[in-house]
Amino acid sequence: MKVGILGASGYVGGELLRLLLRHPRVEVSLATSSSRAGDFIHRVHPNLRGLTKMKFVPPDPSKITDECDLLFVSTPHGVSSSLTPQILESGVRVIDTSADFRLKDPHAYVKWYGMQHRCPELLEKAVYGLPEIHRREIRDAQLVACPGCMAAAAILALAPIVKSGKIERNRIVADFKVGSSGGGAKPTLASHHPEHYGVVRPYKPVGHRHTAEIEQELRILAGGEVSVAMSAHSVNMVRGILATCHVFLVDPLSMIDVWRIYRGFYRDEPFIRLVREARGIYRYPDPKIVVGSNYCDLGFELDDDHSRLVLLSALDNLMKGAAGTAVQDMNIMMGWPEAEGLWDTGLHPI
Amino acid sequence: MGFLMNCPECDAELEIPEDVISGEIISCPDCGMDYEVHIKENGELELKPAEIEGEDWGE
Repeated sequence: MKVGILGASGYVGGELLRLLLRHPRVEVSLATSSSRAGDFIHRVHPNLRGLTKMKFVPPDPSKITDECDLLFVSTPHGVSSSLTPQILESGVRVIDTSADFRLKDPHAYVKWYGMQHRCPELLEKAVYGLPEIHRREIRDAQLVACPGCMAAAAILALAPIVKSGKIERNRIVADFKVGSSGGGAKPTLASHHPEHYGVVRPYKPVGHRHTAEIEQELRILAGGEVSVAMSAHSVNMVRGILATCHVFLVDPLSMIDVWRIYRGFYRDEPFIRLVREARGIYRYPDPKIVVGSNYCDLGFELDDDHSRLVLLSALDNLMKGAAGTAVQDMNIMMGWPEAEGLWDTGLHPI
Repeated sequence: MGFLMNCPECDAELEIPEDVISGEIISCPDCGMDYEVHIKENGELELKPAEIEGEDWGE
């Protein structure tokens, strides 16, 4: 099958190329970039030298539909919604890693992204591309919207306990530590090395955009309102997210109850690992261990004195938080083995 | 072939060797807890948590 990548010169585009160039069932037929058209791919993504001699091409919708059967879109927010309707009309399936089709409510785009949605009629048709929650709908989808990286971490941490009904659904706090690649490939003063090195920068203590999709997805699981208060920090790493979610129990739970809830929910999931070890130095999830892999490591600890359950989630923002999930979605859409092309473990030590 | 017991901490299945003896340490592959096997007079097996040393970064 021929696949294309629209917006392939960014970090997510580079990660998609890394995965797709080695995927046994696809051929990468085009990789577009407005800013780097004509350049060799390995000049922008030097880790791909030797894997391909392709060059970036300008984004031309008519060529895209001629040259691929499935298109990955990794453009900045707001760009995809201007191109995707035309692509879909031609019969090409789309997996979008931007935020343009994640939310079901068009008004939410005005509130969280400051824009009127260009094609609100597509929002209902788009499937939220988190396989652990929407695997069945992803199979037949024409348009899949990949979750935001922090949203993926939080939803995977919270989904089992929210669905269990054992917690106060209106009192959930999610704290994030995020690596600098989450900010994209475009440099800013905030990402300038002297300004970013060594930081623990609370860049969004309240009001982060991913709140909208976290609450949207957890509402579906809970069958009612769910309120999640988010705080996000930029920290001194390149890749990775650690989400620490605090929930409060309605009735006491034992640790064995928590294990059963999480094992039951994620039974047979290829990319979810439960990490709560009694020994060793990695007793809870740590982003360092999942970098480069499609795993999301989940852990938990009970705080009986405060009726609190702490849920921990670690993933690579460019992999399970973007490109890895996108390729997992493609495998599901095509009926291929779900983990094909995604079996890399993280590196240790790194 | 041995038999299976459940981890008292996390409920994972623990493989107990058929020739297990009292005092033997069994580790849980999922949560890493160690248990000392205690064989009662009636032949029943009991798993007693073994001590695990923690880290201290607070000095």
